[in-house]
Amino acid sequence: MSVARSSRLSLDRAIGGVLVVVALFAPLIFTEYWVAALLTQMLFLGVVAASLIFLSAYGGMVSLAQVAVYGVAGFALGNLTTNGNTKGMNLGWAEVPGIVVALAVALVVAFIFGALASRSYGIYFLMITLVFSVIANLIFGQVTSISGFGGISGIPIPDFLSRTAHPDRLYFVTLAVALIVYVALRYVARTPFGLTLQGIRDDPLRMSSLGYNVTLHRMLAFAFAGFIAAIGGILFVWWNAQIAPSTIGLSATIDVLVIAVIGGLYRLEGAWLGALVFVVLNNYAPDVSIVGDRFHTLIGVVFLVIVLISPNGLIGLWERATVGRRRVIPGDIAQERGSAEPTPVG
Amino acid sequence: MTELAAYGSLRTIGRWLLLALVAFPVIWVLFIASGTTFGSAVSDPKDFFITLLNGLTAAALYFVVASGFTLIFGLMRVVNMAHGAFFLFGGYIALHIQRNMIGGDSALGLSSAQVSFGQWLFPVIAATFIIAGVGLIMQQLFLRWNQGQDLRQALITIAISIILADQMLAHYGGVAQDISWPRTFDKFVNFHAYGIQYTLTRLVILGIGILIGLALWFWLKRTRTGMVIRAGVDDRDMVSAMGINIQLTFAIAFFIGSGLAGLGGAVGGSFASLAPGVDANWLLNSLIVVIIGGMGSLGGAAIGALLLGLTTNFAAAYLPANYTYYSIIFTFVLLAIVLAVRPLGLYGRPA
Repeated sequence: MSVARSSRLSLDRAIGGVLVVVALFAPLIFTEYWVAALLTQMLFLGVVAASLIFLSAYGGMVSLAQVAVYGVAGFALGNLTTNGNTKGMNLGWAEVPGIVVALAVALVVAFIFGALASRSYGIYFLMITLVFSVIANLIFGQVTSISGFGGISGIPIPDFLSRTAHPDRLYFVTLAVALIVYVALRYVARTPFGLTLQGIRDDPLRMSSLGYNVTLHRMLAFAFAGFIAAIGGILFVWWNAQIAPSTIGLSATIDVLVIAVIGGLYRLEGAWLGALVFVVLNNYAPDVSIVGDRFHTLIGVVFLVIVLISPNGLIGLWERATVGRRRVIPGDIAQERGSAEPTPVG
Repeated sequence: MTELAAYGSLRTIGRWLLLALVAFPVIWVLFIASGTTFGSAVSDPKDFFITLLNGLTAAALYFVVASGFTLIFGLMRVVNMAHGAFFLFGGYIALHIQRNMIGGDSALGLSSAQVSFGQWLFPVIAATFIIAGVGLIMQQLFLRWNQGQDLRQALITIAISIILADQMLAHYGGVAQDISWPRTFDKFVNFHAYGIQYTLTRLVILGIGILIGLALWFWLKRTRTGMVIRAGVDDRDMVSAMGINIQLTFAIAFFIGSGLAGLGGAVGGSFASLAPGVDANWLLNSLIVVIIGGMGSLGGAAIGALLLGLTTNFAAAYLPANYTYYSIIFTFVLLAIVLAVRPLGLYGRPA
């Protein structure tokens, strides 16, 4: 490892540290609206996007089913904990068992999706998971006993997170979950399981001849990432207090993909960077007269430009800039330019 | 040894389970079908045949759209995620050409009596060629220089479909509209069997599907361009090394493939309506058809379209009356069965 590279790593770490500190003191720095609406949304969207980036960076699987699993968790929670007055089963459970069972249901669905998709690779995997996502959305839209078109509203939030009594608590809980998810994903990537997964990403055939069960590893990775996405779904329901099929439709699926790609499909940090860009654009673009109602055109153009200029997203641009300035290992740059295939670092 | 034997018996059980999964719906529809609107096929052949025809005509339209998708993928490994947006755009173009040709108050729509055969055919053909051109421009501007990076190309087409969908919403609004069939087609055909009266428009769609299928088959199997395309599907680099202009072939395939989405949109807009969200549904249909049939295979697209068309129509018609909302689940089950048995689709081959 060259000196320049290690100094870049320490620069990245310093910036990361500063950002975490800023996030911890966000209620003192930003307005209440920013904290409650933008930053909280950024954090849980980042969790969902991070589950996608984890699969893509370490498993070579670009999954579009993350929003479907997130929706399954949200709808399950809605069905279990509401108590009359809305669509769905209205089982009226307490919050804690509701959350546990909702996560379990989402995990089972992620297992089924993973079992069916894990024998497919690359672009096939993307297409199959996209189909799962759209079908899940249609099922929630059509099956009136679990939701129906209008969705479930008035989903109870745990008392200690109540927005009126404690405006910042949901933000801090979301922040804590996001940090735990980030650390957990980094940790899993370094375990023997994570290393095997990266081996499978690079050469499934070789890993298979070394005796690893390739399909099983991919399936487990998918289920694990689904679980992370499901946590994002629970946070979303707390934040939004309702969930409808349209919130997990194709456009939401694409939104999460856009977030992951804008951030960078090969580093977990990109998830929250992409989410921040997305949330800020989403919130302020309508005030710009040229954009107005055409937010999706703007996000489409931003997405197109990013994909054309830097397939590795903003993180890729940042690395290229810092690496370029310090003239570090040529291999790194070649890797970045090489292809659209995600090339994770460490 | 015992482990192997256990695995073997697991496979046998799996096979029987699969057979049961396929056989039960057939037996249900033919003989049981209790609690459904129509009753079993044996007791009510008329509605059975009408459901069958509905399935076949839906399959014809699925095939027209999905064959374009699979043609582009087979040759270039490009997953055109904008295919659904092209479908909707084609429909809107045909709609506006038709309204401009006839004039009058377009807000209320047209009735078939006002529309002659030419006033339907010309918009449909024009939309086909315009969308073919749009597809060609997209390929030349954005995809040609990214050849071989399939994920990046898919992301580019997703970006374009987002922009197109949003612009269509801005220009054409969110209200569902439809293209009017010509008065020539606006009648029922008497089958003189079980008292079946069937609408001619759906038979026209079936005819278009069969015609497109035959034309594509002839083009791919019997002409020089088709031969180059088939060779390109097997080995692009070798075709290029033989001195054939593969870029020209790519352009032709993209032109035809996108044109089929436009044609599908114009016909589909006459059959059902055009509205935001229709693009997503048709992208979904195309994806399911090619995942079932196998990417890049024309025969696979035909089989996939048939299975999807029949499954959706029979599930909707033959579920017990209180459960018809669950019909979408059968699409997922169909997909799951195919993927469990053949991960690359029925006619899929490894790349």
